[in-house]
Amino acid sequence: MTALLEVEHLRVAARGADGRTIEIVKDVSFSVDRGEVVALIGESGSGKTTIALSAMGYARAGCRIVGGRITLGDSEVTALDETDLADLRGRRVAYIAQSAAAAFNPSRTIMAQVIESALIHKLMTREAAEAKALALFKALALPDPDQIGQRYPHQVSGGQLQRLLAAMALITDPELVIFDEPTTALDVTTQIEVLKAFKSVIRERGTTGLYVSHDLAVVAQVADRIIVLRDGAVQEVGPTGRLITAPVSDYTRSLVAAAEPSVRPITPAPKSPVPLLEVTGLVAGYGRTQRDGKPLLPILDDIGLRIQRGTSLGVIGESGCGKSTLARVIAGLQPLAAGSIRLDGRPLAPTVGKRSREDLRRIQIVFQMADTALNPSGTVAGILGRPVAFYHGLAGPAVRRRVLQLLDLVKLPATVADRRPTELSGGQKQRINLARALAAEPDLILCDEVTSALDPVVAAAIVDLLVDLRRELGVSYMFISHDLKTVRALCDEVMVLYAGRKIEAGSRDALATPPHHPYFSLLANSVPALRTGWLDLADAQQALPGDAARFPFGQRTGCRFYGRCVQRIDGLCDREMPTLRHTVSGSELACHRSDDELGALSL
Amino acid sequence: MNVPNGAIAATSIPTRRRLPRLGFAGWMGAALVVFWLAMALFGSFLAPHGVGEILDADAFEPMSRQYPLGTDYLSRDILSRILAGTRQTVGIALVATFLAALGGSVLGLAAAVVGGWFDAGLSRFLDALVSIPSKMFGLLLVAAFGSSLPALTLTLAVIYLPGCYRIVRAVSVNVATLDFVLVARARGEGTFYIVRHEVLPNIVGPMLTDFGLRFVYVLLLLSSLSFLGLGVQPPDADWGSLVRENISGLAYGAPAVLMPALAIASLSIGVNLLFDGLFGSRLQRKGGS
Repeated sequence: MTALLEVEHLRVAARGADGRTIEIVKDVSFSVDRGEVVALIGESGSGKTTIALSAMGYARAGCRIVGGRITLGDSEVTALDETDLADLRGRRVAYIAQSAAAAFNPSRTIMAQVIESALIHKLMTREAAEAKALALFKALALPDPDQIGQRYPHQVSGGQLQRLLAAMALITDPELVIFDEPTTALDVTTQIEVLKAFKSVIRERGTTGLYVSHDLAVVAQVADRIIVLRDGAVQEVGPTGRLITAPVSDYTRSLVAAAEPSVRPITPAPKSPVPLLEVTGLVAGYGRTQRDGKPLLPILDDIGLRIQRGTSLGVIGESGCGKSTLARVIAGLQPLAAGSIRLDGRPLAPTVGKRSREDLRRIQIVFQMADTALNPSGTVAGILGRPVAFYHGLAGPAVRRRVLQLLDLVKLPATVADRRPTELSGGQKQRINLARALAAEPDLILCDEVTSALDPVVAAAIVDLLVDLRRELGVSYMFISHDLKTVRALCDEVMVLYAGRKIEAGSRDALATPPHHPYFSLLANSVPALRTGWLDLADAQQALPGDAARFPFGQRTGCRFYGRCVQRIDGLCDREMPTLRHTVSGSELACHRSDDELGALSL
Repeated sequence: MNVPNGAIAATSIPTRRRLPRLGFAGWMGAALVVFWLAMALFGSFLAPHGVGEILDADAFEPMSRQYPLGTDYLSRDILSRILAGTRQTVGIALVATFLAALGGSVLGLAAAVVGGWFDAGLSRFLDALVSIPSKMFGLLLVAAFGSSLPALTLTLAVIYLPGCYRIVRAVSVNVATLDFVLVARARGEGTFYIVRHEVLPNIVGPMLTDFGLRFVYVLLLLSSLSFLGLGVQPPDADWGSLVRENISGLAYGAPAVLMPALAIASLSIGVNLLFDGLFGSRLQRKGGS
């Protein structure tokens, strides 16, 4: 085997906001053989994307390749001028970006964009290019391959768009394909479809690839070799199988540990007859109230849940299923159309304006994006000091003392107090975000995807922190996430939402055994496992090709999962909405199929 | 992914506020603005002659040692009159812009944070005001309320308030939907706190830029109203009325008509350059990254 891409002593420098030059890639060397897929893995800021882009001779605005040599086949990329680079890009090296939605031009048809690079490089006629694109659409398992080229980007789903982006990259038969986090923004159920399509295309065409990701489990499915990066330097290089089973460097070990979060022991729930929070028959949505008492578009439909003091409830589902809306309704930020919310048995007023300050204090909400959840013009001390003063009436040095205590609680140094949020890292910001909720000394914290935007190692540290805080302060959580692994690791009870309806719920142990709702099975089987070959064994057909992004919220009869369900019963599931019932394992489930039918199939 | 930027932001040491990097054009603008502000404050002490003093000279005399910028149609010293007019022009324009910005900002912030019917009603009403051509509207108001200085200032403020309202509302609506504002709402904070502590500090930049631009608009409208004879009334003078008075000097190439026009041009260009230097580069950097 001969090396196709060789990177020797690569160094890339960036100019910081204050004008100083910082080296973000420090003396990195590696090679990629023909027909091999090599993964670059590391957290944000590790330089993985920067290295991948340099293989096209490209450095992002503000960055510059300052040293080293990159050779692709017989040409030296680092010595080429702009004209030669333009000839190289798109023809010999192709790039698949993270956000397909941003990579497509919304005003042109998909076909025109997919074949564009073949036409620019004058490789083939339009007819030949379109025929080739069609073959690629089929190879990538796209639905309706003959017609999909005539559509516009907004008319196909996110997972399909990502596969179309791959078709765009492969149209010129490039020698090297750069995959830049192509599945990171997708739901697990979509990710598995895209990964399968990528994998089969890579295998068929013997594609040489550079796969950039932060997700070790995903990389384990597609890469032959893995390069672990941290702060712009190589930590470890090794074949995939060896690296995930027997990591050598400490950093790789922490990455492997974070990919398979250890399961924390369940808190023995104090069996008080009155739960801390009880939600019954909750309906919330948009539009005028209809004859059946629900709004025109019910986003949440007949939701009931209980959270005991000191325990945590996990709420799980694909993006857009109504998880965040649930948190907002409980926090009083969004009105409810029907149902009740009770705190310690007392009914809560529906909106923030009508709740007492004491009620507001007891329920705090923490948002996913720490970047937008912290006021960029305030200092950390100001951000944390406000709830202390607002809820507890402290003033002057007492506030400062409490702020330092809070920083200590979330394990941040006291020096952070006088910084602004923009000067902190993502993990530090998320800790401040949590500390602000803790400042109120709440009974319940609504965590809305608090670990989703973080790197795995940082996210694992935040989960550890949440566990510690629960033990020390006895606080309860409603933990909203699309990540089943994290929910399993942290939560005592789990609830599964699909299109705004509760379809399965139960204790963590009850959900570990069948029977399961077909949707929960799909979700659980779509989470990549940290072992090679998982993708090949994963069930080929767990769900009918449906558009996860377009939930049937307005649908008033029948099961909402009907359109995607492989176990549906025609004539029943599309007519009658299943109600929640108790199963043999002790969980709640909304499906027309019996326990035996569901249990047998999900084994 | 914005990897390197994030990494740098996390590791860099907080920098103290320094003098803004203005660039050559920015400093030119700053010099012009400072010069005219100083003239507005202290010009009357520097004037060699009285404002209305009719001198022993010909009309429309050229520049000379005795009359540095020549004389006007009534043989008055034009330098003294421009210096006196500076206070009127700069003063009225500043106060009017300030009132427009204040009113526009208060209403814009309120509309963004309160929302609902209040926002919709207010926005439609102010949009209706915008749809009236500003000069026509100015003429109408002056015709109705006379052209006293307070009436003139208020007229200008009312004409430019809706524009400022639009800008402030648009910027605030973006900030008001961010999560930290939602957190404050969930905490139970009142509207005033949210406006003052959460929204306002994050929109100061665009508000100041708008102030600079709007000052130029007000200055030009004030000058045109005065040129039409509806602005500052004799024996007082501002730059616009000075141009009008001496328009017949155009035939003689008299500096009396050119100099006030030059003053209007230099101040508006100066303000533009200064605010471009202050905020333009920052906006470009934001757009580029």
